[in-house]
Amino acid sequence: MVTYQLNINGLRREVTVDPSTPLLWVLREDLKMTGTKFGCGISACGACTVHLGGVATRSCIVPISHIGDRPIVTIEGIGQDSVGQAVQNAWVEKDVVQCGYCQSGQIMSAVALLKHTPKPGDQNIEESMGGNLCRCGTYPRIREAIKSASAEIAKGGA
Amino acid sequence: MVASINNQRDLNRRGFLRVSFAATSGLFVSLYLDLDLACKVLAQEGPQAATQAKVYPPDAFVNIRPDGKIVIQVNRLEFGQGVQTALPLLLADELDADWANVIANLAPAADVYKDPMLGIQMVGGSGSIAHSFKQYRELGAKTRAMLIAAAADRWHTTADKIRTEAGVVHGPAEQSATYAELASEAAQKPVPANVSLKDPKEFRFIGKRVKRLDGRAKCDGSLKFGLDLDVPNMKVAVVAHPPVFGARVKSIADHEARRIEGVRDVFEIPLAKGTGVAVVADKFWPAKQARSQLKIEWDFTGVERADSAELWTRYKQLGLTPGNVAASKGDAKAIDNISASNRIVAEYEFPYLAHTPMEPLNTTVRFDGDRAEVWAGSQFQTFDHMAVAEVLGLKPEQVTFHTEMAGGGFGRRAVTDSHVQREAAAIAKRLRGTPVKLVWTREDDVQGGYYRPMHFHRVELAVGPNGLPVAWRHVIVGQSILAATPFGPMMIKNGVDQTATEGTADTNYNIPNFHVSVHHPTVNVPVLWWRSVGHTHNAFVMETLIDELTSRARIDPIAYRRKLLKPEAKKLLRTLDLLEQASASWRNNLPKGHALGVSCHESFETGVACAVDVSIENKRPKVHRATIAVDCGLAVNPLTIESQFQAGIGFGLTQLMAKGAITLKDGVVEQRNFDGYVPPYIVDAPVAVDVHIVPSTEAPTGCGEPPVPVISPAVVNALARLTGKRYRTLPLTQI
Repeated sequence: MVTYQLNINGLRREVTVDPSTPLLWVLREDLKMTGTKFGCGISACGACTVHLGGVATRSCIVPISHIGDRPIVTIEGIGQDSVGQAVQNAWVEKDVVQCGYCQSGQIMSAVALLKHTPKPGDQNIEESMGGNLCRCGTYPRIREAIKSASAEIAKGGA
Repeated sequence: MVASINNQRDLNRRGFLRVSFAATSGLFVSLYLDLDLACKVLAQEGPQAATQAKVYPPDAFVNIRPDGKIVIQVNRLEFGQGVQTALPLLLADELDADWANVIANLAPAADVYKDPMLGIQMVGGSGSIAHSFKQYRELGAKTRAMLIAAAADRWHTTADKIRTEAGVVHGPAEQSATYAELASEAAQKPVPANVSLKDPKEFRFIGKRVKRLDGRAKCDGSLKFGLDLDVPNMKVAVVAHPPVFGARVKSIADHEARRIEGVRDVFEIPLAKGTGVAVVADKFWPAKQARSQLKIEWDFTGVERADSAELWTRYKQLGLTPGNVAASKGDAKAIDNISASNRIVAEYEFPYLAHTPMEPLNTTVRFDGDRAEVWAGSQFQTFDHMAVAEVLGLKPEQVTFHTEMAGGGFGRRAVTDSHVQREAAAIAKRLRGTPVKLVWTREDDVQGGYYRPMHFHRVELAVGPNGLPVAWRHVIVGQSILAATPFGPMMIKNGVDQTATEGTADTNYNIPNFHVSVHHPTVNVPVLWWRSVGHTHNAFVMETLIDELTSRARIDPIAYRRKLLKPEAKKLLRTLDLLEQASASWRNNLPKGHALGVSCHESFETGVACAVDVSIENKRPKVHRATIAVDCGLAVNPLTIESQFQAGIGFGLTQLMAKGAITLKDGVVEQRNFDGYVPPYIVDAPVAVDVHIVPSTEAPTGCGEPPVPVISPAVVNALARLTGKRYRTLPLTQI
């Protein structure tokens, strides 16, 4: 067991865990932040996506020992960010979710996309969202919500 | 605390309604609609017994709280389909509630929450709205009538002079009171035996595009699914399942596993088939690590090792002989008299499919000796509740069963053998006093069975001079889903499991000589309903063959279908008309390299027609656009219907994915996770889907499953126009 200091959603958190433990399970079980989801454990579905040092990252395969001092942002904290808030609002406005289980990861990937590419086309969306699985199949509305959030951000409405 | 007033009113009221009152908590109304059970009790034991048969929770359906919030219990699992919004919407409309004050809650397992038509607490067959439409409206109307009666007393007037609006009761002399203010008085009013329901033109919420109640909580990480549950002192368990279904543990070497910090116990447990090894730890990660360190020797004695290649050989052989008769019309030999040039023989292969809902399967159980508590995202609460009680040696009333929000299901959480809950209960039994959350990893899920059965279809058909089919002989081969369930004896008729033939045997096409038969081989692979069940393969066969005939006859695919449909297939005919109109702007103006694909199919009493614009990109079908027309009777929430269809067709594309198959070799499933079994990602899904609803005042029918059957045939029908090939073997590994 090793003690780690983490910066999560702007707050300093301390955990003592086995160094091999993936960030996902530290968030979910040690810090009780269950908004980040377990879907596959092999970085194939994107349900566990968080921002690590500003980069959309699959937390199910990143051992806690590899985090270092990079800040972590999760679904619980993304609303503090103006782009994050715009994306969450667009998701609600477009009634995107169905079962909702993948949507934390979808939103985290969408925020990363819009921060990098404020006006994404369909191809940008397919590339950036390409690893986020939604079994309900809400993809057409995800596309719409990303475009709608992009327009809101451009208007400065976020 | 809630004090139950066990009223002494007339039989109807006593039989079906129960009211209770709590000074601090407002009005509770619960409506007991288990008609079947009530009738049986009445018949056997007389009227007195009916009221004493069961005690239901007093807050069974509606609770008008002093703070004005109206908590509505939802008698079904929410796992994306939107019932947690739609059922409260029905009730709130008749209640004239303020929608902003409505809170929905998933009800626990209890008799009062059984499906009023089916007598089981469950979600299935796209029946939630169809079966509970009247139930929830009546609940709302009766609650409103009691509020009005209370106001009439208070204001010394009569009910007919009182009106309601958005949670407020208004009297003739401009008096007004909120529902919350009147709740306590209303609770003491008799529950009306009969109420009149609104005329559709008075609806305030029904028929409007109402957003989901759980939308925000599913976007900010705050909504708790079953897997997110955290009970004090809880342990986490994973189970090592046998590599071949039904194998048993011969020996366990757990020395390495037990050395992992946080591991608490390793022990053998019974499974639905065979045995497995449970690992219990403080948290998930050590449990999973420890499982990978187990060295288990398995006993395969007497265990059949299913093998896909061998099964195909066996199925194809069976397909050459007639099976049990599922449909028989006209002359079975008519086809033999038609010249070979007017005949088509088509063989289709459909693999096993896993459901892979995004939230892995899980159940939490705490066993305290004389009682237990269970938390599960269950589609079949009645079965799962009883299964846990049985494993723990308790009566169901000693087991509290909470329904947890579930991350998808598509049929996977509707298992009559309750294997996940049984595993969890077996582990909890050993841990006695300590709650345990059983987690199935994705590997457990992909390899764990309960698949859509693999199927082989062989069709011989003949066309007449007008290009329409005149004779059709169809043999289906596939395991029976129902055979292994308690529904089997009741629902399998003449050796035909209708869940294997639905969509073919009951086709809406008018074919004069039409014969369908089915073989149900027994295979050591657990099978299960997969969203839209038999329609997944039957619609594919019917709609691709019909499409082949439209091309052959050089008739427009919409016109051809309309011509061939029986006149009584009104829903499909209406959807085809609407589809023709709604897709007119693009259907005949496609860019080069794009093609149109059309299909239509009725399932679960909902008619659906579909047109897609498809090209080939990176050797895969790209669906640029899909236009859907749907007739599901009265559209309760058009926004949900639109969403279900937009997304549900994406789910339906699972069976066209290049790696969209579960295969077995020597008894072992060859796929492990989303790397080997790959469902559709955003790039594979339709880019845009427009959904058009046929205006209707007919009884509402389902929308959960009906999107699925139409999409894969429509897409391959378009591919056939692009490549000239017919696609009859799934998954679609090559185009």
